[in-house]
Amino acid sequence: MSTSKFNIGRARTVCRTDLRQLTQAKDFWVPMAVMGLIFYVVLPFLLLGSLSALGNAAGGSASKVGQVLQVLPQATREAIPDKLPSGKTVTDSARASYALAVYLFASLAVVVPITVGNAVAASAIVGERERGTGEFLAHSPAHESEIYAGKLVASFLPGYLSTLVGFGCYAILVNVIVGPQVGGWFFPTRTWWVLMLWVIPAFIALTLSVVVRVSGRVSSTTAAHQISGLVSIPAVVVSYGLSSQGLAKGIGVTVLAGAFLWFCAAVSLAQGMRRLRRWRLLGVAIDA
Amino acid sequence: MSSVDVSGLSFTRSLRAGLCALSRRTGPVGQPGIKLTDQASAQICRWSSVTPVVSDHSTGTQPSDAVLVLDSVSRSFGSRPALTDLSLSVPRGSISVLLGPNGAGKTTAIRIITGALPPTSGKVRVFGHDPATDGESVRSRCGVVSAKPALYERLSGRDNMEYSAALYGLNPRTAPIDAAARRFGILPALADKVGGYSTGMKTRLALARAVLHNPDLLLLDEPTSGLDPESSVAVLDLVRSLACDGKTVVMCTHLLLEAEGLADHVVVMHDGTTVVGGAPDDLVHRFFPRSEVVVETLAQLRAEQLASLPGVVQFERGTDATDGTDATVRFEVESPAHIPALVAELVKRGAAVTAVSPFRPTLEDLYFASRGVARGQMIDVRTTPAASANPGTPTNQSGAAA
Repeated sequence: MSTSKFNIGRARTVCRTDLRQLTQAKDFWVPMAVMGLIFYVVLPFLLLGSLSALGNAAGGSASKVGQVLQVLPQATREAIPDKLPSGKTVTDSARASYALAVYLFASLAVVVPITVGNAVAASAIVGERERGTGEFLAHSPAHESEIYAGKLVASFLPGYLSTLVGFGCYAILVNVIVGPQVGGWFFPTRTWWVLMLWVIPAFIALTLSVVVRVSGRVSSTTAAHQISGLVSIPAVVVSYGLSSQGLAKGIGVTVLAGAFLWFCAAVSLAQGMRRLRRWRLLGVAIDA
Repeated sequence: MSSVDVSGLSFTRSLRAGLCALSRRTGPVGQPGIKLTDQASAQICRWSSVTPVVSDHSTGTQPSDAVLVLDSVSRSFGSRPALTDLSLSVPRGSISVLLGPNGAGKTTAIRIITGALPPTSGKVRVFGHDPATDGESVRSRCGVVSAKPALYERLSGRDNMEYSAALYGLNPRTAPIDAAARRFGILPALADKVGGYSTGMKTRLALARAVLHNPDLLLLDEPTSGLDPESSVAVLDLVRSLACDGKTVVMCTHLLLEAEGLADHVVVMHDGTTVVGGAPDDLVHRFFPRSEVVVETLAQLRAEQLASLPGVVQFERGTDATDGTDATVRFEVESPAHIPALVAELVKRGAAVTAVSPFRPTLEDLYFASRGVARGQMIDVRTTPAASANPGTPTNQSGAAA
């Protein structure tokens, strides 16, 4: 492998071209947009709307809804407002809606970016090979590390940007539905800001650095998708656990979790940049 | 292993420059040209600048201006060898053609030259650099057209060109994209998505992309694959014009006619190794050492007319005399001096000779001769005196028994 200096301009070119292709691929981004819509808008709307309707209903439904709060840790329960600025008590259903909006939807924040990012990353290298365009890249002056980094960023950006957009929609939705019941706009909380801007991108970077490496080693895009699915399922579970814990334990834990994830992502990224071999872009089985 | 390179100037630089300038005025493919065709002018330019010179690697002679040197390069995929001891030296400004059937190792050779694939063993030097360790220096000076055009189909032709420009260190906004596209006749379609291009358009775009950064070495892997004859001719004319501009071209093909009249240097490959290499004229002298002449007659020559002709070593009856009304016979003679006597003797024996022409082996003849494959039935009159009456053992075209 050659030892030339990393050229950030070429990595950016690879990334920009991949993104440009992605924007032309309606068959890719339309399903992804629909998925984001379902996770960030439709499901929260149905759940929070139903909860609010139940809380407003007469009878014992409201007290049953309030039981949801009992599953939350003490510290979390204390963080949920119990009085409106006017001095009026916040109902149990409103508190349950608040808990649901802030704590139980944490998984949504990771499912979408990892799914979107994986879909791009899985075909990053093997897709070039299957389309025959890998031959062009392999013969180009771009260094393997530049190609890897460009591909990684090209799969990171759609996932993360879709998450930020979805998160914005989600924030508006929950504030509109739950806000009036808990004394005004409350979301995102400080911990959620840290989660979205620090932890989630680290987690996406870590997962995708693995998936792009997988894409360089498998023989077909189908195989890459299968393996990236195996990678993303535990990733979502771990991420959900970390996010929930972070939200429950506070900002300090969230920041530390993010730092740890960034460290792992950096190590994985560095290894991926070093280990991609140019011939992987060609349709040859060098070690057959 | 012996190899051949071409170098040297036999015409003045000014004459060459003038001829090349004239050839470049022919305009893009598919558009009306002027007096001199690309093919003719490019050939003149190359004749004016390139004279074959033989060098022998085994003696340690290295051509001083070799752009590319492969020395006993091998590459295996698992236990399957794809290249075995391939040696090649390509001088600056020449067109070298790697000729061989599918699976001969031509594409692998191209990949090794750019460093896209590391060799298992052997030495590779391109512009004096080792592509395995100094790949960027090598690849930035190479333009490659793969067997499949390797274009991004969801992007427009211009997007593809801009991508290439940026990777090769050019500013996509100022890169000569339009000029390159115009040269290959693809400019009007540059705004369209490549997915809608025909095969010929894709190849032209791939060629335009390959020359965009003004590479010193062009590596073309079956550039006419899948093209109609008209487009193939156009692409080959463009290859000639690129060589005319001083580019070094290495082209892989399994189509012998493609290399005919194009190659300064031919390397016949089979099963990943070099069967033979050299300038076509040298190879002709090597495999067809004696003079050969084709005699056309109004009717098939009878056996007694062909017996004991003066100076004839071998002869072969043509296969085009299906109705028996006319025929050709190819004679290999000991020296050209025997030809007048041969023709006179044929006439004396009652043959209605209509034409006598020198036999010029094609690259196809050369290819099969170098591979020792018998084609036709050359009859050796020295070993089989009665052969004329009863055609005997077929021999290959270099005279050896098949």
